[in-house]
Amino acid sequence: MVTPTPAMPAVQAFTITLNIRRFQPEVDQEARWQSFDVEVYSTDRVLDALHKIKWEQDGTLSFRRSCAHGICGSDAMRINGRNRLACKTLIKDLDITQPIYVEAIKGLPLEKDLIVDMEPFFAAFREVKPFLIANSKPEKGKERIQSIANREIFDDTTKCILCAACTTSCPVFWTDGQYFGPAAIVAAHRFIFDSRDDAAKVRLDILNDKEGVWRCRTTFNCTDACPRGIQVTQAIADVKQAILRGRR
Amino acid sequence: MSTATSTPKIIDGVHYHEYDIVIVGAGGAGMRAAIEAGPNAKTAVISKLYPTRSHTGAAQGGMAAALANVEEDSWEWHTFDTVKGGDYLVDQDAAEILAREAIDAVIDLENMGLPFNRTPEGKIDQRRFGGHTRDHGKAPVRRACYAADRTGHMILQTLFQNCVKHGIEFYNEFYVLDVVMTTEKGKKIPSGVVAYELATGNIHVFQSKAIIFATGGFGKIYKTTSNAHTLTGDGVGIMWRKGIPLEDMEFYQFHPTGLAGLGILLTEGARGEGAILRNASGERFMERYAPTIKDLAPRDIISRCMVQEVVEGRGAGPNKDYVLLDCTHLGAEVLETKLPDITEFARTYLGIDPVFEPVPVMPTAHYAMGGIPTNIQAEVLADNDTVIPGLYAAGECACVSVHGSNRLGTNSLLDINVFGKRAGRYASEYVKKAKMPVLPKNPADGVIALVEQMRNASGTERVASIRKELQESMDRNAQVFRTEDSLKEQTDIIQALRERYKNISIHDKGERYNTDLLEAIELGFLLDLAEVTVYSARNRKESRGGHMRDDFPDRNDKEYMVHTMAYLTGDAESSHAGDHIKLDWKPVVITNYQPMERKY
Ligand SMILES: Cc1cc2nc3c(=O)[nH]c(=O)nc-3n(C[C@H](O)[C@H](O)[C@H](O)COP(=O)(O)OP(=O)(O)OC[C@H]3O[C@@H](n4cnc5c(N)ncnc54)[C@H](O)[C@@H]3O)c2cc1C
Ligand code: SF4
Ligand code: FES
Repeated sequence: MVTPTPAMPAVQAFTITLNIRRFQPEVDQEARWQSFDVEVYSTDRVLDALHKIKWEQDGTLSFRRSCAHGICGSDAMRINGRNRLACKTLIKDLDITQPIYVEAIKGLPLEKDLIVDMEPFFAAFREVKPFLIANSKPEKGKERIQSIANREIFDDTTKCILCAACTTSCPVFWTDGQYFGPAAIVAAHRFIFDSRDDAAKVRLDILNDKEGVWRCRTTFNCTDACPRGIQVTQAIADVKQAILRGRR
Repeated sequence: MSTATSTPKIIDGVHYHEYDIVIVGAGGAGMRAAIEAGPNAKTAVISKLYPTRSHTGAAQGGMAAALANVEEDSWEWHTFDTVKGGDYLVDQDAAEILAREAIDAVIDLENMGLPFNRTPEGKIDQRRFGGHTRDHGKAPVRRACYAADRTGHMILQTLFQNCVKHGIEFYNEFYVLDVVMTTEKGKKIPSGVVAYELATGNIHVFQSKAIIFATGGFGKIYKTTSNAHTLTGDGVGIMWRKGIPLEDMEFYQFHPTGLAGLGILLTEGARGEGAILRNASGERFMERYAPTIKDLAPRDIISRCMVQEVVEGRGAGPNKDYVLLDCTHLGAEVLETKLPDITEFARTYLGIDPVFEPVPVMPTAHYAMGGIPTNIQAEVLADNDTVIPGLYAAGECACVSVHGSNRLGTNSLLDINVFGKRAGRYASEYVKKAKMPVLPKNPADGVIALVEQMRNASGTERVASIRKELQESMDRNAQVFRTEDSLKEQTDIIQALRERYKNISIHDKGERYNTDLLEAIELGFLLDLAEVTVYSARNRKESRGGHMRDDFPDRNDKEYMVHTMAYLTGDAESSHAGDHIKLDWKPVVITNYQPMERKY
């Protein structure tokens, strides 16, 4: 029987230090930093290092994860001060001569260690009517027709996995929890620019509100943070344009 | 976290809720059921993950339906391919429903908003996929509807969006750990489920008339897998412990193209677009094994051929232990527009750019063909034909059986939509007539005891070590090729691990977000399911579809053209499989297609 070994480049093992911002709600008054040494391989992700700590050193370390390859959006966290997915951040791409700092994403209530309360984030998503609203019925048993070009217009924003990396990297969101945040605007964009949808005006009105798109100060943090490579700031700009000039 | 509007009653610290229909799982199958049930009955969806974290979102390549948008096709051809692909162990009445209702299932999703890729005329575009052919095997056909290589992501998002639209009530990060059964008029029927709330450690009882299980697969019994960490087979395990049989557990699918050493999937859609498998010398080896459809042969066949190439010394790389998926001739344009995600996976995780270099791949544990037996109305079966009224299962956790011994690519996203919808529809009809069943006394006692026993566990064994040993040994002994020796060895290993599991310790004693405790409970399910898988595999002394016995290399229709049914009997606690598993057979439903030799 063959068990494949990891492919090139040749795997090396080394010991790294992770400084993790811990918060155990049943014990701690406030969050504290704790440092762990852990042996990892060059092909490992930060998520693997966290697992090794949880599984071999400290079972109380708590974080969310599921898919382990950047597709489910569970494990957004601040790694060395930047919002990233732990499962998509390879150790070899970080400076391991220094400790790696890992903490929960900012701006959502901290629940335990790397876990935050996601409910306010999903509530903002629900606000923008994130579903297709079409006035006409398609021909029975048939798809609505959409050209390749029209499909392309909103392709980028369909990639969103609702990980919250963008929203929780936004300085406006940190100071004003009422702001919808970039992820909700991305969700709205996906429908506003879908040629099959008829409710752009409703969504644009929602986003024209005082907690809407005009809060955005174009710092590009969100675009830098997005693990799906979505041009988040561009999407927000598209929405601003559409409010001023109408869709397309 | 819940989006529910009603408040539960609290008795002795246990939270009691009441619904007509409770759906366990918020992946594709669960949410498709919810969209059907929600408008008709008071419905709740309970999920251990936020809905959009479910592993349906990882599916890449496509969803099959004979729309005939780009070339001639028919649902009858699709039925035939499904039956043949499953090596004739498919229930043909179910396969016909799958292929026939596929067309509406895709159109439903499009109408709900799913952004499929389009043809120049603006219709849903279609691509080739393994085992899907024109006119009963003549040539590959373009049947897979797709949205780049994130079809599952788009399905999951679209279904979630529509659940938001319909105001479906969700209980997120609630772990269902038991189903409550009540005896009424001498009949056993379900009366609710018991769940553990991650955020608080609270125990909840959801009393309901109908229950739909849609808890997904259990790829984590293996080490090298395309499955998420959370795919631990809880739903299948819960049913098993309740005495409900499990069907065809020996049939587990190994997808040919997992990133070598990691198991992360590269969709078959890559080969659908023209990618080629090569061995160390660059030979397109599938030409030798399946001359007609080559790299688009079904997965069981390709996985075996890959392992054979490696065993016979033709593997690539420093240790000659993988083969290569060559996409270099497809061009950057095709890779960036039709296969962008997998292109990025290869770059991120192996540092290899598929535009310029072939990608190291090996089979990865991917899909459970077996599971909770159901009929075509998604009703759960207590034996070969007795329906348990009010209990439903759909999606990867269920076995209808439309996939037989080997699932065709793109037939699972289809399965979750067709049978998820059916589960929702039939459950809605059922609850219109049914009365609310009475709960037995203290329905949560079993779960409370389990949780407390785990929380206080202070033995000497680590959960992570037992899990790792289970997964590594399953890769070694019960993967693509199996023999009596390897399966016997695996039986002994599992027995020892089950013994050690009784002596684990849990580090986190807290109530809030105690994932340490839940990982321990999940390991219990994995051990149970690995045991049934291996036990069923030992008993099937033939090779068929995903179950390849080196010591019995041929298909044996005379003795084994039947489904396996495994029952939990006797001492469940015993670590000896033989003490508590009884195996039986269930006939295969044959309508139009008599078993033939499977050649491609
Ligand atoms: C990488 C990958 C690619 C794939 N590509 C394709 C493809 O291209 N085409 C295709 O047809 N198929 C594909 N498949 C297969 C297909 O995606 C899956 O079989 C299918 O999505 C399973 O859906 P599901 O709804 O049954 O389960 P899942 O989507 O896994 O959902 C399971 C749900 O159950 C919940 N759950 C589990 N346990 C509990 C519990 N104890 N309590 C409460 N909730 C619980 C989870 O939270 C989750 O919401 C692919 C699979 C993988 C892994
Ligand atoms: S836009 Fe990007 S960063 Fe923001 S939630 Fe979506 S995937 Fe995450
Ligand atoms: S674990 Fe799924 S995105 Fe990281």
